[in-house]
Amino acid sequence: METRFLLNGEPQVADTGATTTLLDWLREHQRLTGTKEGCNEGDCGACTVMVTDPDGTARALNACILFLPQLAGRAVRTIEGIAGPDGRLHPVQQAMIDHHGSQCGFCTPGFVVSMAVAHLTGRQDHDDQLAGNLCRCTGYAPIIRAAQAASTAPIPDWMRKDAETLRDPGFTFPEICSSGGLPPACPTTADDLADWYEANPDATLIAGATDVGLWVTKGLRDLAPVAFLNQCADLRGIVADDETIRIGAMTSIAELGAFMADRHPSFAELIRRYGSVQVRNAATIGGNIANGSPIGDSPPALIALGARLHLRKGAGRRVIALEDFFLDYGKQDRAPGEFVEAVSIPVQPDRLACYKLSKRFDQDISAVCGAFTITVTEGRVAAARIAFGGMAGVPKRAAHVEAALLGQPWEEATIREAQEAFAQDFTPLSDMRASAGYRLRATQGMLMRYFLETRGDAVDVLEVRA
Amino acid sequence: MSVAKPLPHDAAPLHVTGQARYIDDIPVPAGCLHLAFGLSPIARGRIRDLDLSAARSAPGVVEVIAGADLDPIPDCSPSAHDEPLLSDGTIHYAGQPLFLVAATSHLAARRAVRLASLDLAEETPILGVDEALAANSRFEDGPRIYAKGDVEATLARAPRILEGRIEVGGQEHFYLEGQAALALPQEGGDMIVHASTQHPTEIQHKVADALGLPMHAVRVEVRRMGGGFGGKESQGNALAIACALIAARTGRPAAMRYDRDDDFTITGKRHDIRVDYRVGFDETGRVLGVDFTHALRCGWSMDLSLPVADRAMLHADNAYDLPACRITSHRLKTNHQSATAFRGFGGPQGMVGIERVMDHVAHALGRDPLEVRRVNYYAEAQAEPAGASGGSFPAKMKQGVRLETADLAGRGAVAVPQSAGGSQRYGGAHSPVPVPGRDGLTPYGMKVEDFILHGLTERLAESCDYAGRRAAIAQWNAANRVLKRGIALTPVKFGISFTLTHLNQAGALVHVYQDGSIQMNHGGTEMGQGLFQKVAQVAAQRFGLGMDRVKITATDTGKVPNTSATAASSGSDLNGMAVRAACDEIRARIAAVVAPDLQAAPTEILFEEGMVRAGGAEMSFEEAVKRAYMARVSLSATGFYRTPDLQWDRIAGQGRPFFYFAYGAACSEVVIDTLTGENRILRTDIVHDAGASLNPALDIGQVEGGFVQGAGWLTTEELVWDGQGRLRTHAPSTYKVPACSDRPPVFNVALWDQPNRAETIYRSKAVGEPPFMLGISVLMALSDACAACGPHYPDLQAPATAEAVLAAVDRARGALP
Repeated sequence: METRFLLNGEPQVADTGATTTLLDWLREHQRLTGTKEGCNEGDCGACTVMVTDPDGTARALNACILFLPQLAGRAVRTIEGIAGPDGRLHPVQQAMIDHHGSQCGFCTPGFVVSMAVAHLTGRQDHDDQLAGNLCRCTGYAPIIRAAQAASTAPIPDWMRKDAETLRDPGFTFPEICSSGGLPPACPTTADDLADWYEANPDATLIAGATDVGLWVTKGLRDLAPVAFLNQCADLRGIVADDETIRIGAMTSIAELGAFMADRHPSFAELIRRYGSVQVRNAATIGGNIANGSPIGDSPPALIALGARLHLRKGAGRRVIALEDFFLDYGKQDRAPGEFVEAVSIPVQPDRLACYKLSKRFDQDISAVCGAFTITVTEGRVAAARIAFGGMAGVPKRAAHVEAALLGQPWEEATIREAQEAFAQDFTPLSDMRASAGYRLRATQGMLMRYFLETRGDAVDVLEVRA
Repeated sequence: MSVAKPLPHDAAPLHVTGQARYIDDIPVPAGCLHLAFGLSPIARGRIRDLDLSAARSAPGVVEVIAGADLDPIPDCSPSAHDEPLLSDGTIHYAGQPLFLVAATSHLAARRAVRLASLDLAEETPILGVDEALAANSRFEDGPRIYAKGDVEATLARAPRILEGRIEVGGQEHFYLEGQAALALPQEGGDMIVHASTQHPTEIQHKVADALGLPMHAVRVEVRRMGGGFGGKESQGNALAIACALIAARTGRPAAMRYDRDDDFTITGKRHDIRVDYRVGFDETGRVLGVDFTHALRCGWSMDLSLPVADRAMLHADNAYDLPACRITSHRLKTNHQSATAFRGFGGPQGMVGIERVMDHVAHALGRDPLEVRRVNYYAEAQAEPAGASGGSFPAKMKQGVRLETADLAGRGAVAVPQSAGGSQRYGGAHSPVPVPGRDGLTPYGMKVEDFILHGLTERLAESCDYAGRRAAIAQWNAANRVLKRGIALTPVKFGISFTLTHLNQAGALVHVYQDGSIQMNHGGTEMGQGLFQKVAQVAAQRFGLGMDRVKITATDTGKVPNTSATAASSGSDLNGMAVRAACDEIRARIAAVVAPDLQAAPTEILFEEGMVRAGGAEMSFEEAVKRAYMARVSLSATGFYRTPDLQWDRIAGQGRPFFYFAYGAACSEVVIDTLTGENRILRTDIVHDAGASLNPALDIGQVEGGFVQGAGWLTTEELVWDGQGRLRTHAPSTYKVPACSDRPPVFNVALWDQPNRAETIYRSKAVGEPPFMLGISVLMALSDACAACGPHYPDLQAPATAEAVLAAVDRARGALP
């Protein structure tokens, strides 16, 4: 199928299979080999490219799990387009040289692109901006020094060009995504999608492709037929009123995190550690729920907030409690042709605490992810919603623990008693991330952490400074 | 002066613009084939039948080969000729290549691999240390033992005795550029191979062997690697051989790169180790004797495991003068990936053992671990005598090395025949003579004469306020219920030289062109460490020219032959000297030509600031070169260097295996969460000894990067195999190398800028591996934090994942055995 987009400032028509990755296309068809393959699964960032939306928003994305049709109507800038047209280096490139930020150099193009995007968007939280770029040589210190040194330099004019071009009313792509004779696999509204998917219930829906991408790059699967949802603008965005927050399925995890910063900061902090910048920019809340993973990070938090899931099939819609969507490992309450349209949560006072336990703090999959919303009235537990990822085949509430807390005085003895109930709620597995026994211990520890945190104890290693 | 300048990496401008070429970036001629291996899903057994017909008929597939199609099957081993390129019918690990697909694209080859139908007979694999010991499944015929003093008698009369065990996991290299090779067939059957390898000569040798060609018919070129860390010393052989084989059979270019999951699954990693110890000491913390038992899981083939295990033994003392010490080393053959070289080459594993002992002793005595470490240090070197070098060997040592196998260029080359009497080594002819007392002799009989850690430790302890912070941490811990901090300052003493003595040689080739520009080539390879730049600085210095006059060129077996691997931290020591020799040869020839013009003796002529000078007379370097050319004087020279003063008998465990030692120390502070075991580094301060640094910026880069990699090894980097021997952590999604935020948020690194006592290139010191072991300070700081939770020794294991830390907290509290 044909996809039209800008590549390093120039209009391109890529005629590829639906699931050809941008990385393979750049390297094999364009001979643009500056973008590197490090892992081919979105975990190392060596393939990072800058992608600008029609609204002018620039993001870092992993090219290895980005399919060409996802780029329709957007602009891609690779490492070859980060220096000026006259060869002048971008300030982050010069800083990387001056501060010895490259050694073997293989991860460097990805770092430079991530740094250039952060520089363009004015981000100074370098550790977070670069969490999705792995370097095995430098120990990162010189790279951060380079990022800091470049942060005050003016943005080169060529870095603004993509946004200017896309926003220019005089500039249009003739037809940005054409699938030539096949069913319309690039719906532009939720209604279009609903009709198409009802008629093609065996199809694979592709939102951010941070998971589906691996079905292709690692599973070597043929996914046809597929539909790309990136142009369904009405599935994207968050709407809040006094009672409800409704999050469209195509809302990116990055957008959700930004929204939650004020409402539920602990959720935002959880999202800060969800994947990496590149992954959060691509991944969607709908995808994170619909794929039914027992270790997705947003379901426990959403369940603890009392989220409801909005499902749609054709013209029909239904709404269920989010926890009821997850039936069993790999099995969700979703009919053929039915898709996630949105998730909503009630507006509520912020009592949410999310605890993500993983081998590495940043860009790691949770061994255990716990989310707690506990309401204490007059010294007693009036309500408790506690949900965990990583503890069962599905994201799951700790019903026995909740029951053990309800009505009890908010004191350490209650916590100690309730800790015992985790064993009734969960029979976790041992795997490469953690043993079953440790997982159970950790859930108990998290409950105690929640309690001690409400009492003002220091409980977060990330907040300690030397 | 170009030497000692903090110049950027020579390729930095290419790195940051994406122009630096790696193997998979090289434009290939039309018709290039792409290869993929089909891997064994089982850890041990044999092939009943491989049905490859579906793979053969898959789109784009040109050739599919199994071991049965090759006679003989090419060997990939750097040591014992025990690694057939494709299984010979027996299966030794999950991930072993069984067959090879050549197709018109990388993706087509990967797809075709999955169409094979495998009929395999499964057998019970040997996976764990205890299983291997019980089955006597090992390389060499018994444990190797090095010893000093009478350990049993010492322990029997020691005032205090402790024993313990630490298990330390392996480590995946995770070079960002995976293994890759490209073979280009030439006329007359010759072959050019581009490979991502630290050892071009080994690739040349193995490819020639596989094709039945003399080495002169194979040329290997390496411009750079996207990271090596030891993982490209031998692990690239299989790809290069496969490419050359297919190229020879089809006449078409052949390229191969491992998908990252395949790279994890096929290639060897750092050896994990189990260290058991019994230590005797007195009330002041002075260690009187230690009895170590090392058990290393070496995987299915020998690879470089013997010298790796040797080096673990050679660093079992680290910085400590042990009156009595015995190290018993078991090199176990298991059904895993064949463990291989990794930065430090066994040294880190040995060093963790003795650092753990110091930590344990200090805990038992309730003393500051740094105090215990310092009372056990070797004696500080005397003020520098002129021309002094790093050490000497006692007269009683046995001379010579054994070279039983043909593969002289590989570091695994000294294998002992299985028949050569094993258990009698306990008391046999090679058993070392006891040496009583603290005498400055290592357990292998080398006198430590360049020890600088007293002064270096003092400087670090002061600059990082170790004592003040230790007290503050104790107060903080008393006030905090959930979070606990810990701090540790640990030293590094690392021996520099290949322990296989003959590898300590290097060659160089330098051309001066008529315009005065210089092309420089040597046997070292560039993997990010900045070797090319450091050596180019040497060349520029010798000719008194700016760096822009010196062209750095790809390592090429056609230019400099018979090279050793770029390994053992030796790159700049060896190649810097070889390049200097070549430059000086040309300098002398030019000087002889222009001496009459400058009215000076050739020996009085200086090359500096782009000029050739003597007294008040001078001419430009270009003019001098022109005159030499007109005088028909050769402006090209080779250079050669061999490290002096090495004598080592690895069987006896006696001699002087190292030219000198490199030193360093790190102080790390950490915090742990006692509810979950989560932990992080808060601050690290380092003083590291790079001698008179050739390039302080590049050396600091090695120190920072080495430290973080070492800390990763001991914290988040956990390799997990399942009960069937399958590696479950085979991608960065499950195997967690440090990310940006894992570096210490406060990270102070300084060089101990004193010249090397040994006569190295401009008195610099090797710096590739030693800083890796500074990461041990993190493990010991975590142990310190766990110890703050209760009265018992926390017995922290490595890697210290959150889970391991929580278990240690429980042990400190007495809640676990």
